[in-house]
Amino acid sequence: MIVAFIQRAVVQGIPLLFGSTGEIITEKTGNLNLGTAGVMYVGGMTGVIGAFLYEQSAETINPVLAVLIPMLSCVLGSLFMGLLYSFLTVTLRANQNVTGLALTTFGVGFGNFFGGSLIKLTGSDTPSITLTQTSNCFKQALPFADKLGWFGDVFLSYSFLAYMAVAIALIASFFFNRTRAGLHLRAVGENPATADAAGISVSKYKYLATCVGSIIAGFGGLYYVMDYACGVWSNDGFGDRGWLAIALVIFAIWKPSLSILGSMIFGGLFIVHNYIPNLSMSMQEIFKMTPYVVTIVVLIFISMRRKRENQPPASLGLSYFREER
Amino acid sequence: MGKQAAIELKNITKTFGSIIANKDVSLTVNRGEILSILGENGSGKTTLMNMISGIYFPDHGQIFINGQEVVIRSPRDAFDYKIGMIHQHFKLVDVFSAAENIILGLENEGKFNIKQSTSKIKAISEQYGFEIDPDKKVYEMSVSEKQTVEIIKVLYRGADILILDEPTAVLTPQEAQKLFAVLRRMRDDGKSIIIITHKLHEVLSLSDRVVVLRKGEYIGTVETKETNETELTEMMVGKKISLNIDRSEPKNCETRLEVKNVSCVNREGVKMLDSVNFEAKSGEILGIAGIAGSGQRELLESIAGLQKLTEGQILYHNPKTGKTDNLGDKTPLQIRDLGVRLSFVPEDRLGMGLVGNMDIVDNMMLRSYRKGKTMFLERKKPKNLANKIIEGLEVVTPNANTPVRRLSGGNVQKVLVGREIAASPTVLMAAYPVRGLDINSSYLIYNLLNSQKEEGVAVIFVGEDLDVLLELCDRIMVISSGKISGIVDARTATKEELGLLMTKNNGGTTDEQ
Amino acid sequence: MSSKVNKVHEPLFHIAKRTGIPTWLSWLIRILSVAAALVACAVVTVILTGENPISVYATMIDGAIGTKRRVWSLLQNTAILLCISLAVTPAFKMKFWNIGAEGQVLMGGLATTACMILFGESMPSLLLYVLIIVTSIAAGAIWAFIPAFFKAKWNTNETLFTLMMNYIAMQIVSYFTYIWSVPKGSGQIGVINAATRAGWLPSIGGNAYLINIIIVAVLTVGMYVYLKYNKHGYELSVVGESENTAKYIGINVKKVIMRTMLLSGAICGIAGLLLVSGTDHTITRNTVEGRGFTAIMVSWLAKFNPVYMILTSLLLVFLQKGAIEISTIFGLNDSFSEIITGIIIFFIIGSEFFVNYQIKFRESQKGGNK
Repeated sequence: MIVAFIQRAVVQGIPLLFGSTGEIITEKTGNLNLGTAGVMYVGGMTGVIGAFLYEQSAETINPVLAVLIPMLSCVLGSLFMGLLYSFLTVTLRANQNVTGLALTTFGVGFGNFFGGSLIKLTGSDTPSITLTQTSNCFKQALPFADKLGWFGDVFLSYSFLAYMAVAIALIASFFFNRTRAGLHLRAVGENPATADAAGISVSKYKYLATCVGSIIAGFGGLYYVMDYACGVWSNDGFGDRGWLAIALVIFAIWKPSLSILGSMIFGGLFIVHNYIPNLSMSMQEIFKMTPYVVTIVVLIFISMRRKRENQPPASLGLSYFREER
Repeated sequence: MGKQAAIELKNITKTFGSIIANKDVSLTVNRGEILSILGENGSGKTTLMNMISGIYFPDHGQIFINGQEVVIRSPRDAFDYKIGMIHQHFKLVDVFSAAENIILGLENEGKFNIKQSTSKIKAISEQYGFEIDPDKKVYEMSVSEKQTVEIIKVLYRGADILILDEPTAVLTPQEAQKLFAVLRRMRDDGKSIIIITHKLHEVLSLSDRVVVLRKGEYIGTVETKETNETELTEMMVGKKISLNIDRSEPKNCETRLEVKNVSCVNREGVKMLDSVNFEAKSGEILGIAGIAGSGQRELLESIAGLQKLTEGQILYHNPKTGKTDNLGDKTPLQIRDLGVRLSFVPEDRLGMGLVGNMDIVDNMMLRSYRKGKTMFLERKKPKNLANKIIEGLEVVTPNANTPVRRLSGGNVQKVLVGREIAASPTVLMAAYPVRGLDINSSYLIYNLLNSQKEEGVAVIFVGEDLDVLLELCDRIMVISSGKISGIVDARTATKEELGLLMTKNNGGTTDEQ
Repeated sequence: MSSKVNKVHEPLFHIAKRTGIPTWLSWLIRILSVAAALVACAVVTVILTGENPISVYATMIDGAIGTKRRVWSLLQNTAILLCISLAVTPAFKMKFWNIGAEGQVLMGGLATTACMILFGESMPSLLLYVLIIVTSIAAGAIWAFIPAFFKAKWNTNETLFTLMMNYIAMQIVSYFTYIWSVPKGSGQIGVINAATRAGWLPSIGGNAYLINIIIVAVLTVGMYVYLKYNKHGYELSVVGESENTAKYIGINVKKVIMRTMLLSGAICGIAGLLLVSGTDHTITRNTVEGRGFTAIMVSWLAKFNPVYMILTSLLLVFLQKGAIEISTIFGLNDSFSEIITGIIIFFIIGSEFFVNYQIKFRESQKGGNK
């Protein structure tokens, strides 16, 4: 049972890991994108649209295309969201919090609207959006995973997107600490005026980081539909995972490597109520609170400790205008 | 050595909204020379240099480098033309190390390799005689270390033209001498150096030529050898201004404020004040001199009740009741409730003394809004006061309902000082009250302080210009690294004496090399 | 002549901050942006439905104010949204990013629900109303106070704290919907006191929602006066503009933060009361329907001025209602209204750029004349 619990926790954690890695990259340039929840909805939905159109039009499903088409459409969808956020906050210097919330309203609306209207709009005769075939292509696990006992179950039983999430987090961590561009990116978030004076294009980094961050976050939505939900889109099914991903950024104190661990813990907290025997329906609801409570505790804790290295990027939430005086 | 122009500016104009920062400025900088740009605060020196370094973009005009017309759109363009600027407010990332800051922004250097960069930094340091630890985090550094990082940053990029904006403002005289030596070495190396300053003695001792700006306009260029302090002052301020402040002898001096053994620490836990002892007397101006950041701000804020003391007492002798109260453990509100009439003109006018987005009337209310028994605001008296100040101090503003942020620096300060004096204080503290002000506004402020003194107020004046301190104050207290290094009689003391006191307790930093 | 000497690439334009802008121009820009947004919404709708734009607008107007019932519903929804917007405004004016209105409203609504269920039968109605008012205000206020306390004490990031509090509130409501569910175990409370109407806000002249609208109207005036003429209102705007100034003039910043958030939460509690006792007569975890977030945008778009907020909240609710009508007619999902809301807000926040900045074109294209 512990093995099953860990497995489920990881599966729950992967969308959060995508979301939080994307958000960390974005926040490191000083952009607090509260629209991540919306971005993840859009990422999931555009993936569904791509897959749906492919399944509807293709005679036989080619597994490679079945994976590539949704991924590509997911990238385009979340890239659009990232561009929208960057354009408003970087080019037009709009307030980041308001823009982010509007992005979430828009994104969640987008997901639910197409989730509820896709069949009608395409004139298809299927009763609901069920992309089992595409999902099966996404869920392909390593062939030898089930031959290795608990080790295989705990470490090798997941689909490629899950490993991609971990890889992206590790790459992001390496990128921040070991590359020149990573150094520049952090400088933009810490002190944009300094970065600007050093000849770093603040707007370019903000745009790039936000767009790349959005794409990564969008994969979280895609993973949720294609893997966790087995290709079945249900409106509001993704729930508040986008906000939880933002909470995870704090939990991981802006370090992608820590967010790998954090996402698994959050995933575990999210489902722990299913593994406690004889829990009434009402008590289950109480248990579902734990990830939020834990985040608040961490939040309070880091604010009390005030360690210099653990603080958010110094310019987080602020627009930069060079000629400000 | 033939004189070769490195940079030439032609008819540069830059405006910010309705404010003209630079108007038709033309000048030339040669190779292998140190050029001073001299001008008062607000004369457009920094704006002009920011256009060369790509921070601002000129509205009109042309820039030539080595005879070629260029367009500098960003700091990166400036680097490509081998121009580097060391800003007055350092542009460093606090949580990065020195080395990380130095290589920041470089892209064509091949593989990212901190170690390699570190050895290059060490080589540069040796060549010009800097001392630096490349791995030290900036937030752990002293001001002069940070400046060193800035200079190395520019040299690391192979800059041929260095612009330094008020480089000595934060340095001790000894550190400044060290810096000058480095700059001379660079000039002899064939580099062009532009130094922005408003300190005449630096201009005379360091530079080869001087360009003078006044109110955004180019006034003229002179060879340092052929000029003197009087001529430069005249060019800088326009008409000859007598530096004479009408100083009367202090009358009816009583001890008003007694600071006893006061210490405090800042947020990082660094000791900012260390056993400070002094008295402020009614009817006199007590000047406070010191290098920026030596604890002046903390001292005034302690008295105003804004800073927690770790030890010591601040005793106030109330002239009305004859009672003595300790202000050291009280909040600003409690101090007020005791009937202590303490006015404070803080250094940060729009960040502390006033609210930029509120109009003049609402800013008047900051001091008085609690008056009246109802829960509602009373705007009539503040409005009258605002109009009185606008008229009395000649504040240039459309009306009393204009947000303070829209006023020019001098007018902002008039509003603030006017409000503080209107409270008829018994103690008046003013921190750098003339910083950024033109000559006329400055004199208006000096006269206001002087008349307050004559009315029997205990005035505490924190200044940076030693000449002014010596002429305006009755006594000058010098603070250095949070300690009082001496209190002198302003009528007999000399600048050199003050300069020495300013660097007295500086621990190890001045003794190195 | 010399134009070929150096063809350097000059930037076509650059951006400069405006120092001041006439009020009429700033409003013209905002009105134009709303107009542009409406055009964009129509384009999106036309693409999705294939209908011609005129009838799209007609459908929207019909959906919002087509019948007497719809007008009441429009006003009622505007009132609720406006109420929550009023609640968050003092906090935002203080630069305290309270995005926890959702949870604060929900807690207020939960308190109302509890009173109605537990005491609906046993208590005289006047006493019941008093109890409902007191507990719902207290519940909202407490929920807002918790993050305010930590902000004041340790400067804990309030944006994220209040956000998390929303989800905790939702879980608590879910818990109670199981405890009080009718029938047992269904996880739904259903209409409370349907027969006795105990604890329901009374209808005035046959209009069930009129009392909600009156209460919110009073709150709007009250908030306007509070922010502009009250000493507390003055203090909180000083804190919002500059904490250093506030300390300098002896304002106890921590106290102001906590006091303002208590007020903000209390009004959220009233909004919860209006939703449960005055409108739905039941509660679910989604009772607030994201209004806590929309309210932030309403308040921000109105520059924190309660009078302008009437307009912005009306605009958003109008569009929502119109969009829902369109989706109903074309058999689409009614989340369409959220897409429309998003588009409108993108346009309005984008337009602020043109109010605050101006684009200067490079004028020195002298080319060959020298």
